[in-house]
Amino acid sequence: MSILVYVEHHEGEPVKGALGVLSKAAQLDDEVTALVVGSGVEPLAESVGKHGAARVLVADDPSLEAALPQPRVDVLARLVTERGFGTVLFAATVLTADVAAGLAARLEAGLNWDLVDFTLEGGSLVGKRAALGDSVLVDVGWTSEPRLALVRSGTFEPVANGGQAEVERVPVELEEWSTRTAMVEQAHEERAGPSIEDADVIVAGGRGLGSPDKFGMLEDLAKALGGAVAATRAVVDAGWYPYATQVGQTGRSVTPKLYVACGISGAIQHKVGMQGSGTIVAINKDPNAPIFEYSDLAVVGDIHEIVPRLTDLVRQQRGA
Amino acid sequence: MLAPVKVAVCMKEVPAAAAPKRIDPGTKRLDRSVEGALNDFDTHALEEALRLKDSAAETEVVVVSMAPERASESLRKALAMGADRVVLVSDEAAAGSDLVATTAVLAAALERESPDLTLFGQQAGDADGAVLWAAIADRLRLPMISQAASLELQDGKVRSKRQTEFGYDVLEAPLPCVVAVSDAINDPRYPSLKGIMGAKKKPQDVVSLADLGVEPGRAGEAGSRTAVLALAEPPSRGDSRRIEDDGGSAATEILSYLTERKLL
Repeated sequence: MSILVYVEHHEGEPVKGALGVLSKAAQLDDEVTALVVGSGVEPLAESVGKHGAARVLVADDPSLEAALPQPRVDVLARLVTERGFGTVLFAATVLTADVAAGLAARLEAGLNWDLVDFTLEGGSLVGKRAALGDSVLVDVGWTSEPRLALVRSGTFEPVANGGQAEVERVPVELEEWSTRTAMVEQAHEERAGPSIEDADVIVAGGRGLGSPDKFGMLEDLAKALGGAVAATRAVVDAGWYPYATQVGQTGRSVTPKLYVACGISGAIQHKVGMQGSGTIVAINKDPNAPIFEYSDLAVVGDIHEIVPRLTDLVRQQRGA
Repeated sequence: MLAPVKVAVCMKEVPAAAAPKRIDPGTKRLDRSVEGALNDFDTHALEEALRLKDSAAETEVVVVSMAPERASESLRKALAMGADRVVLVSDEAAAGSDLVATTAVLAAALERESPDLTLFGQQAGDADGAVLWAAIADRLRLPMISQAASLELQDGKVRSKRQTEFGYDVLEAPLPCVVAVSDAINDPRYPSLKGIMGAKKKPQDVVSLADLGVEPGRAGEAGSRTAVLALAEPPSRGDSRRIEDDGGSAATEILSYLTERKLL
């Protein structure tokens, strides 16, 4: 089988989605290798080992400091070719999608994306892919090795099994052309309040709020429910709410127990970031809003009438 | 004044928004016999190219696509918006191409054009793929920027803000390069009446794999490394309930729903 899991990291921590894929892979194979690429990243190996990797390869070099895909393809291509990994798994992010696709071209390898699960069937890897707005579930396979896969973010929860991995430094040699893109300025995160990724309850707002000050109403409900506030890309782009709260394809993937969507139409880009939520309650005045197709409770109505009342009722019940 | 450049915009035809979308159980491919339209996301890439043309009139904008020949109907809209010409790779042997097969063909078409800047939209509206540009950049050995929420061209370099899960990075790449733009970058223009009339006279060059020197074995299913094995219904979310609000009455119903499910 020989599985390699690429573990992306941000600000000194492995990203949750990558540890989730690693934990899942470790259930299929007890000899899973993980790869961490960056500058000063060797300390991450310990946490990666705890999540199921038998061995952690570390490509640690100042030239890999910036979160850019092409140098990472160089590192992976060499490792996969020299060590003959049969499968390479990625938790999908903006960066890893570019890494996986570049690697597919370099190695003439098959890449399946948007996987919501993967299993072994008769010894072969089979991916489950949700397609056409999740209206159909497709079993996908590979016709040659290595098999590359991007797993939809937020699909698997990390499981710490307390294991200890063997750590090995690997050499870094980059192509001249793959280092021509330069990072002029790396994003600095503005964190406001608790991270939405860890919240059990999320109250999210979209364009249907009408104006930025209406987020105050959502903050009240979130506080009453003991949760955090999130936002769609449309309202973050419009400057109504901070980037760190953005849920969706170019934002966070969240899996709270309860997701209350307020004035959100529910485009596919938003859906991929929150469909793993336990219970989804959507309030929207448009009876045809796409979000109702994947809500557990669809409420057709005006959020400005419903949300403040709901907040009062929750406060009363919790106070009682 | 900006120096003129040659810009290639890779565009895809997808089923029109109103058309029923289904995967053919026989071929296990997306049914493309329905009415087609330009992939919305790609029109943002075209708009960005047209803005470069607006600021340097000598700029040439070439649309590159791979599709059955009847896609030229949809591609005419790109010409109406202002693109100069279309290169449409159309070949039976390219049907059913996965990522490696598609990019083997597209890279050959781009190599023939040898543009200074190659633009993509952020994803395909039908297959939800967001992977082409990185594979193309690797095949052409060109620097690349993805999820570009802005694009400035100066002194032979592209500077863009890249939108990621963590905020905006600022990246810079020298020409020639590949850039995939996010749909937040601009609002694509509508074709003018003059543009629509003129589009019929603009060239649409239909080329085959042989014209590009691509072996048939590298394209289509023969050149693919992935396969669709089976189709199934997705697991349902279980029972869902719908309520209509009447002057705020829904608040009480939501509360009891959350209480029943022990979510409070």
